[in-house]
Amino acid sequence: MTAPTASETTKRTARGWWRQNQQSLAPWLFLAPGVLMFLVYVIIPIFQSMNISLYDWDGLGERVYVGMGNYVELMDDEAFYTSLKNNVIWLVLYMLAIPAGLFVALFLNQDVRGIRIYKSLFFFPFVISQVVVGLVFSWFYDPSYGLMNILLGWFGIDAIPVLADERYVTYGIIAAGLWPQTAYCMILYLTGLNAVDPEQIEAARLDNARGFRMLWYVVLPQLRPATFIAVVVTVIGALRSFDLISIMTDGGPWGSSRVLAFYMYEQAFSEYGFRMGYGAAIAVVLFLIMMVYIAGFLWKMYRDETDR
Amino acid sequence: MFHHARKVAATVAASAMVTSTALAGELVINTDTSDPAPKAAFEALIAGFEAENPDVTVTWNLFDHEGYKTSIRNFLTADAPDVANWYAGNRMLPYVNAGLFEDVSDVWDEHGLRESLASAEASMTIDGKIWGVPYTYYQWGVYYRKDIFEANGIAVPTNWDEFLAAGNALKEAGVTPITIGTKYLWTAGGVFDYLNLRTNGYDFHMALTKGEVPWTDDRVRATMANWMQLLDAGFFIENHAAYSWQEALAPMVQGEAAMYVMGNFAVAPLREAGLSDDQLGFFQFPVINPDVPLAEEAPTDTVHIPANATNKEDARKFLAYLARADVQTEVNATLGQLPINKDSEVGDDKFLQAGYNMLSSTTGGIAQFFDRDAPAEMAKAGMEGFQEFMVKPERLDAILKRLEKVRARVYN
Repeated sequence: MTAPTASETTKRTARGWWRQNQQSLAPWLFLAPGVLMFLVYVIIPIFQSMNISLYDWDGLGERVYVGMGNYVELMDDEAFYTSLKNNVIWLVLYMLAIPAGLFVALFLNQDVRGIRIYKSLFFFPFVISQVVVGLVFSWFYDPSYGLMNILLGWFGIDAIPVLADERYVTYGIIAAGLWPQTAYCMILYLTGLNAVDPEQIEAARLDNARGFRMLWYVVLPQLRPATFIAVVVTVIGALRSFDLISIMTDGGPWGSSRVLAFYMYEQAFSEYGFRMGYGAAIAVVLFLIMMVYIAGFLWKMYRDETDR
Repeated sequence: MFHHARKVAATVAASAMVTSTALAGELVINTDTSDPAPKAAFEALIAGFEAENPDVTVTWNLFDHEGYKTSIRNFLTADAPDVANWYAGNRMLPYVNAGLFEDVSDVWDEHGLRESLASAEASMTIDGKIWGVPYTYYQWGVYYRKDIFEANGIAVPTNWDEFLAAGNALKEAGVTPITIGTKYLWTAGGVFDYLNLRTNGYDFHMALTKGEVPWTDDRVRATMANWMQLLDAGFFIENHAAYSWQEALAPMVQGEAAMYVMGNFAVAPLREAGLSDDQLGFFQFPVINPDVPLAEEAPTDTVHIPANATNKEDARKFLAYLARADVQTEVNATLGQLPINKDSEVGDDKFLQAGYNMLSSTTGGIAQFFDRDAPAEMAKAGMEGFQEFMVKPERLDAILKRLEKVRARVYN
């Protein structure tokens, strides 16, 4: 038996190194493409936005460093506070989609002929584009020809120009947004209801639980995962509300239906905007608001993981 | 202001266009002339140019209006065509300042354009250089229902008192005097422009849009006071903030409203909706202050050569071709607008003739439009303020203060 040559030794050690570390390296290799994408398209742009928010820049010419200037201006900008207030209204009222979705899901969770068709019909608004939803509701609200005001007319109520009145406009748009969002929550709850344990229901029934008590103490606790996801998607939906506003009012009347995401777009990219720095500053503020929520979300995830 | 027209449609069908880089002898043209008439006009224009220059092949990238406004910033820097269309005045200023448009003064000198396009030279000039070639413009004014005026025995008003009287007579007859849709804001800018031009004149209007006069100035307040008279008398349709300009055509077509302060592009949809030339008329915005020379509003559309273009030689040929009298005659016949070249013929459409007669005898100056004369940020804030004022006139002071704050920042 001869001693192994030098090259064979290195080959073997190389293979040995791979073999030794395979277990710990493989996950990283599989994660690498995703991590790379996440870095390039999410993490790095966040820091770029923060950087741009310190400049006065029209996207074409010279960047001028203004330090916190954009943020100082933001603090003194009525339009910013209007947007912020509307964002809060969106966040709060959008949550209505969750109980509404639950209600519809409970209603549809039964065995009758053609139930699948009814379920599909209820899910329909989530499938169509937000742009279409926005157009449909604009026509519904139209002060002279819209269905809503024709209906109000039957009761002798004067036409309400929902989308042209600063008092109602945000609520009008949220109502439009709730339509598809309710459908989304409904589908989450329908799948959740499939997983509800029939034995527990049976047991509860023997203990004489019914109606609301049954729902609250037996069904809802089993739906917790569905509720969690429903809250997550609804908060995200509320914070990124943009398409409906753009289609239904274009931020008006006189900017009273803007939210931060829309205001950011308007300042940075719209016809009269191209203030990249200012838009980036708004984006950073929006990011910080989302961060509060994202942190809470991550904390809960972490807690759930470690509990096991 | 036709480029605002298809906001919704454009958002629905935001089309992605692929631009291609030019080869030698290939001329790349980017335009947003995607409405039927402008599209047909450019098709004919390009065919005519290719027939005269058989060695040049034109590649034409057609964009939708809304998409174009964002795309132009990208393609001017990254993948420049040889020719692109845009607008005169302040709207081209950012691109000129960023060095993205080519100085084409030589084309003007070589082809005698300083004479033939003289009327638009000022609005094409920045820093003493000329940055593009204008090919069309159109008048603004009051479009009205002739038959309703006649049925109620109302004559065409020529001054402010007559205008107010005409409006009151219409109201008595159960007709709202003026229709407007301010959802996309700029229509309110048109009304402000005319009220200000008639109250304070062209020079003041230009000083205001250039940021040289505070918005809290008494002369601005005088303009707003005149506007207030119209609001107090209930001249405008209700709920106008809910409508786009096209939606606001409906009350006029149905005879519920009788006037529209608009650009000439409103004529085509009004005709399509069934109004005949006996029902539809045009008059010049009435005199408010008789001491002020009459100025008009006539936005100009232009073509430019990007500084990064590859085939500038053929691009110059194209600009010269588009500046020619016979070409402008033909293009504007299709567009239904007015040619810039003074030797061109104006179509025999009665609104074109009316506009031509009005503009060629204008002594007070020709404004582009509020959002072309004022810088973008000021324009946006201003038009938003006008819309708010039309609905909540009691907030006038707060609005003017806000505009003054924006002015202080925008013009530095």
